[in-house]
Amino acid sequence: MKINKYIMQRMAKSTLIHVFLGFVTLLCLFPLFWMVRCSLMSNETIFIDKGLIPAHLNFGNFAEAWTKGNLAGFFFNSIIYTVCVVGGIVLISSLAAYAFSRLKFPGKNILFYLFVAAMMIPLPGSFVALFVLMTKLHIVNTRFGYILCLINVGLSMSILLLKTFFDKMPSDLEDAARIDGCTKLGIWRHVALPLASPAIAVIVIFNSLTVWNEYILATLLLGDSKLMPLQRGLMVFQGAHSVDYPVLMAGLTIAVVPIVCIYLLMQKHIVKGLSSGAVVG
Amino acid sequence: MDRKAKSTAFFFDNLQNFLFVLPAVAIFCVFYIYPFYKMINLSFFDWKGIGPMHFIGLANYQELMGDRLWWDSIIHAGYITFIALTFQNVLAFSLALACDREIRMKRFYRAVFFIPPVLSEVVVGLIWNWILSPEMQSGHPTGLLNNLLFSSGFPQLAHNWLGDPKTAMTTIAIVNAWKGFGWGFIIFLAGLQMIDKQLYEAAKIDGAGAWKILTNITIPKMLQLMLVVVILTILGCMQVFVLILTLVSEGLVNHTDVPVTRIFAAMQNTNRFGYACAEAVIFGSILVGISFILKKLSDKAKQ
Repeated sequence: MKINKYIMQRMAKSTLIHVFLGFVTLLCLFPLFWMVRCSLMSNETIFIDKGLIPAHLNFGNFAEAWTKGNLAGFFFNSIIYTVCVVGGIVLISSLAAYAFSRLKFPGKNILFYLFVAAMMIPLPGSFVALFVLMTKLHIVNTRFGYILCLINVGLSMSILLLKTFFDKMPSDLEDAARIDGCTKLGIWRHVALPLASPAIAVIVIFNSLTVWNEYILATLLLGDSKLMPLQRGLMVFQGAHSVDYPVLMAGLTIAVVPIVCIYLLMQKHIVKGLSSGAVVG
Repeated sequence: MDRKAKSTAFFFDNLQNFLFVLPAVAIFCVFYIYPFYKMINLSFFDWKGIGPMHFIGLANYQELMGDRLWWDSIIHAGYITFIALTFQNVLAFSLALACDREIRMKRFYRAVFFIPPVLSEVVVGLIWNWILSPEMQSGHPTGLLNNLLFSSGFPQLAHNWLGDPKTAMTTIAIVNAWKGFGWGFIIFLAGLQMIDKQLYEAAKIDGAGAWKILTNITIPKMLQLMLVVVILTILGCMQVFVLILTLVSEGLVNHTDVPVTRIFAAMQNTNRFGYACAEAVIFGSILVGISFILKKLSDKAKQ
């Protein structure tokens, strides 16, 4: 009898927990569901059809957003920016982190602490000065300038993360490679980089999220709509379709799907990166 | 001769090592150090972005001290941060507590709660803008929330949530919390999972209730991590900008201004680059000050 009561109590508790978690899950997912639902309606039915799932599915909105709204162009730009920035960050930060961890040169510690300090000091308004600088260098409104700015945004965090990883890594393999006559660059390329791939995965996913979702610098630096990334493009698109909700929601869905897919695929690395970063920092 | 060769080799070795960090240092100097210096430097000038620069000393700062709109904007950002610190972080912590046990679908919950944080602010803002829309079409609201209030029999509660200065900031703060609680949740959960489960068992055997375990074991063990989350929340929420831009666009400018929108406006609308930089310097100093104090507290908690 007593055991029964214990089991009942446990079941009640676990049901309560599931109700709580389920409610928040609903809260998280419903706005996204609503977005997809509305993207499948037409401009007439969206105000009439009250059903959760529209009676007539209308996929034309996606085609309209993609071609007429020029989301195709913005999407393509975002892919270019993400690939270039993330590639640049991985290359530059792994070179620097490797040197900070393994090699000797004067001023090493000061330089490293500069990067750490940069991560700690928030610069909310530095975009004003950045804009002035970019104008002086004549790289406002160019892909190149935007990419360089974004590489700088992710650099400190990536260097710090990779250096901590290299510090913990045993150097036996590198010593062996050196004895076999491998150059420093060769060791970095053929030994250190492959071994650091878990940390690099974390850097890739976090920086991809940042670049894909970046808005402020894109607004400031890219006036030409041919160069705009997706987030900036969505605002232009919203300005043009502010009353055409189904097409707008289709546009948003196009922007959401890739990032959610990448997130779900690389989830493990996100959790790992966040928890290690927060527990360390 | 031999010594000279050696020292040359030493020099080239160091140079070679330095080349590894050169690209990072170069980008850092051009895109971080120089703007940092330029921002402070420009804040002493009256400058329209082009044309002559006039050195005016501290005049920008003097004007800033009496700028009602600017201090209001800091209060607005503080309000969003306050909601995030209380409502959002408590929610995140209780979700993490609920997930820190052997339950089914744990991985599913964890995956779902982090979806809002990976979405961009533009997307989140535009979706919620549509859900909260105040428009009416043939006697019925088009926005989901007002529509639900109508059909569930509370038409008097239907409201222009983002258009009314009284509710706008709270609505923005709640959307911000919706987007942000997943961060805290993941960090808290990771921290909770590192606590030795034997401590809980021992406490239970000693007859401690759930509340006692929470206040005497869990919270003291998590204190340092909580401070980290608090710092991250403050830094993130004080700088919120795009979410506000997409939720209210130009509608309610002065009632929903935050510091970053003020800096942007000073730069783009009135072309006062010096004033924008002064705002940025003051705002940055406030943030650094807050995080410095909290960091000190967290170091204390570590001991």
